[in-house]
Amino acid sequence: MSYIALSDQDKKEMLARVGASSVDELFCCIPEGSRLRRDLDLPAAMSEPELLRHMEGVAGRTTYGQYRSFLGGGAYHHFIPTVVDSLSSRTEFVTPYTPYQPEVSQGTLQVIFEYQTLICRLTGMDVGNASLYDGASAAAEAALMAQRLTHRARILVARSVHPQYRETIRSLTRNLRLAVEEVGFGDCGGLKSAELREKMGPDVCGLIVQSPNFFGVVEDLAGLSGIVHEHKAMMIVGVAEGISLGILEAPGKLGADIVCGEAQSFGIPPSFGGPGLGFMGCKKEFLRQLPGRICGLTKDVDGKRGFVLTLSTREQHIRREKATSNICSNQGWCALRATIYLETVGKTGLREIAVQNVQKAAYASGRLAAVRGIKLRFSGKTFNEFVLELPRDAAAVAAALRAKGILAGLGLAPAYPELPNALLVCVTEVQTREGIDHLAAALEEVLR
Amino acid sequence: MYPQNFKFTKDHEWARVEGDLAVIGISDFAQKHLGDVVYVDLPAVGTHLAVHQTIGTIESVKAVSEVFSPVSGEVVETNAGLADAPETINQDPHGNGWILKLKMANKGDLDALMATPDYEKYLEGLEH
Amino acid sequence: MIREPLIFEISAPGKTAFTLPKLDVPSNAGVLDGLAVRPDIPDFPQVSEVEVVRHFTRLSQQNYCVDLGLYPLGSCTMKYNPKVNDKIVTFPGFAETHPLAPAETVQGNFEVLHRMERMLCEITGFDAFTLQPSAGAQGELVGIMLVRAYHEAKGIPRKYVLIPDSAHGTNPSSAHLSGYEVREIKSNASGRIDLAALEQAMTEEVAALMVTNPNTLGVFESDICKIADIVHGKGGLLYMDGANMNALAGIARPGDFGVDVLHLNLHKTFATPHGGGGPGSGPVGVKKILEPFLPVPVVKKKGAEYALDFDRPRSIGRVRSFYGNFLVIVKAMAYILSLGPKGVREIAEIAVLNANYIRKGLEGVYDLQYGTASMHEVVFSDKIQKDAYGVTNLDIAKRLIDYGFHPPTMSFPLIVHGALMIEPTETESRRDLDQFIEAMKTIAREAAENAAVLKAAPHQTYVRRLDETAAARNPIVTWERDKV
Repeated sequence: MSYIALSDQDKKEMLARVGASSVDELFCCIPEGSRLRRDLDLPAAMSEPELLRHMEGVAGRTTYGQYRSFLGGGAYHHFIPTVVDSLSSRTEFVTPYTPYQPEVSQGTLQVIFEYQTLICRLTGMDVGNASLYDGASAAAEAALMAQRLTHRARILVARSVHPQYRETIRSLTRNLRLAVEEVGFGDCGGLKSAELREKMGPDVCGLIVQSPNFFGVVEDLAGLSGIVHEHKAMMIVGVAEGISLGILEAPGKLGADIVCGEAQSFGIPPSFGGPGLGFMGCKKEFLRQLPGRICGLTKDVDGKRGFVLTLSTREQHIRREKATSNICSNQGWCALRATIYLETVGKTGLREIAVQNVQKAAYASGRLAAVRGIKLRFSGKTFNEFVLELPRDAAAVAAALRAKGILAGLGLAPAYPELPNALLVCVTEVQTREGIDHLAAALEEVLR
Repeated sequence: MYPQNFKFTKDHEWARVEGDLAVIGISDFAQKHLGDVVYVDLPAVGTHLAVHQTIGTIESVKAVSEVFSPVSGEVVETNAGLADAPETINQDPHGNGWILKLKMANKGDLDALMATPDYEKYLEGLEH
Repeated sequence: MIREPLIFEISAPGKTAFTLPKLDVPSNAGVLDGLAVRPDIPDFPQVSEVEVVRHFTRLSQQNYCVDLGLYPLGSCTMKYNPKVNDKIVTFPGFAETHPLAPAETVQGNFEVLHRMERMLCEITGFDAFTLQPSAGAQGELVGIMLVRAYHEAKGIPRKYVLIPDSAHGTNPSSAHLSGYEVREIKSNASGRIDLAALEQAMTEEVAALMVTNPNTLGVFESDICKIADIVHGKGGLLYMDGANMNALAGIARPGDFGVDVLHLNLHKTFATPHGGGGPGSGPVGVKKILEPFLPVPVVKKKGAEYALDFDRPRSIGRVRSFYGNFLVIVKAMAYILSLGPKGVREIAEIAVLNANYIRKGLEGVYDLQYGTASMHEVVFSDKIQKDAYGVTNLDIAKRLIDYGFHPPTMSFPLIVHGALMIEPTETESRRDLDQFIEAMKTIAREAAENAAVLKAAPHQTYVRRLDETAAARNPIVTWERDKV
């Protein structure tokens, strides 16, 4: 298949016009020694039917869809209303660039403005940006933001934060004179506040805590904020499961200074982990330290309301090495999907989805913890994920269930060697009672 | 056009002496070059500044410009009005658009700066 | 055109566009006891489905996009995005798969990652690739982190990164985030890196030179092999910003002309849609010496099976969750497979032909500060129009909108004042190119005859020129009842 729009005659005439005798001559500024004088070793070109058949074959070698899956851990299966696919696939949203020319980008810009508003109302923050890459890199950006705001040298990160987010924070801050230290979790599954008190100090720029955390446990944000603020440090709350914000109190009301996270749950399929949608909001007074694009309201020369990208002096294309971040793009199309999703499910729908998640997960945790030999690993209240303590190695149990067509959850041992028999199970609104009962029965069989 | 009894730097800051204090701002040339000022980042009162140390930044929509201290000393006051009305720097750069007041550590710093006629000549040179 | 309100302004209690099945498990009243539960989500909309559909359909009509016409935004490579690729990523095996699923259940996904790594190695001449970076800027950061890890492994990370004055703004920012100080290298009269300046700046304290090739003037750094020798001679590494790889695809390979590490933008060279700002994808290719430091995990093929390798003790770690923007990678893979070897070379051939055709059409009408041969883009300036009539690149850009085209890039390269950086890409027809040239010529005439019409442009759009100063002085970034 070729997507070239020139005829052979066009090419000939255009070459003549530019004064070149051949296409090859156009590349004369590349020294001969640096030229590739052979065809690339790539598969032969495919027609559209061949391409579709070929890619169907590749996708078909993934058998995931044949299993009943209870996987969560930062990527979630939720129902996506048809209007999200339908509207987000409009080419006027798919094929423009970043809205540098506001007069011909009001569609994208108004969507970003609505998106920023929705994120702020959900998180309880005053201001927000146009999105970041994903939850993990957003957490790292938040750490750097806290460093810029306080000029302090250490950041504390709860060990109950998603392991990949913690790895990302470490690698992205490691060359920037910011020491990352972990704070452990207790038997409730939440952050140990006594350990936090010990580790806090005047050189700590902030605490990053996730709620619901990686174990699905809802953290005591108000209590933790109090400790963090005693030291004039930044309370940073991460949210990996956006649906939880439909029912749980906005982190901003519980003392958060910065809220960041992953919004894949809002109308974006799991997509094997990407693209997702990083989000970030903060208190008004920190606006100028926020990374990423920001859309603002203004008027045109006739006094008509309109939107523009604003506060761009924070950004790399103007402030270069002194910018708040090197980020250039955002996840525009994913933010569009989240906006359509949230406006479709609306105020009552989001709450209802959140309630169904918490109810179904509660039913499942009760049902599974009743299986002989299994108990809940943590005592803390959970949202739509929970950790089971199995009587033996979680990976082996999960493999046995896989043979029965069930992906029961994520074994935690690779990320938490201290939890060898722990299995993280996720139950969202897409699961049915029948499916949960089926999992319980299969577990009973496997453990018998 | 440029007020007498001001002293100027090559980076287009000015200093005006008020007893022990030096009032600091940016010149009309600088504000024109920068365009509409939208934000001024000011240091805290009590900050000690050396000659040519960064005082803060002035932002327009698409540019950021650092402001350097023409003299050494301690910041005793910053222009609070700039937070709500940064455009004052455009409207009245040599008057109400002042940026901060320093308690001078060394009055001799002033000797290295340009007097108004010299600054005007310097600007003519830049325009060629 | 009717003004489309914000969704918050059309919301009314009781309306809904969504229903769930009834809860099929016993409702447990106590599940939320002891938790901080929110009473409400303030301002969240309540609208019907038809209102949602009309809202977004109307908003979409206020956007310009590639499918409407030429979008010559230089350095951004706004080419046609094939529709079939958008369809392929909806296959459940791609869209509906969980990133933490057991390896045996996601072999097709690993196959995509592994084959794309191999194909990108072939196209660019590198030994290994990571597909993890989410976009070009993150790719740059990974690239410089790899450079740092390499020097650290040899004992000292070094202190500086050299960057030409024509570079993208992300380059200095990425270098800074990797803990380096930036030193700028001046361009010479032909718009290329000044070799003498480079030789002087290149010391054993310099970790790397970041070069964009072709650079942001659309000029190929013909001395690239000498540049590589100078950098390597002092033990430094050569980083290439591959944002402009579309000018080289199938023609020359950075790995063959001395580059050690490079990032690509799949949303540029490999035609994945820009989505109004993202998602992008910024894979990074490296020579063998840098392979041990690549982000974790790496996909390995053992026999017919694919598996993830996490056991990489010298890795820089990870820069995001999971494996990168997977669906963007799938689209790029489909694009390469549809083109084949000759089609990939045609990307560069026709992109360069089209850019030179525009250059020829506008030479003399607009000022060309650097007369050096153009590759895939050409950088004019507003000098002629500004000096004679006070018309700036912004005025020209806004007037282009009235003629049905998206404006060119204006914010860089910083070494050209009043830049008009034009990149037509390979997918434009001659008719579109001719119409664009004609529009630019008409605007040049208007500048002489009726500058006021340019100053007030655009005239045909939903909103006219917007007050960016007011937006920055008093930032309003969310809706508030009765205030917005």
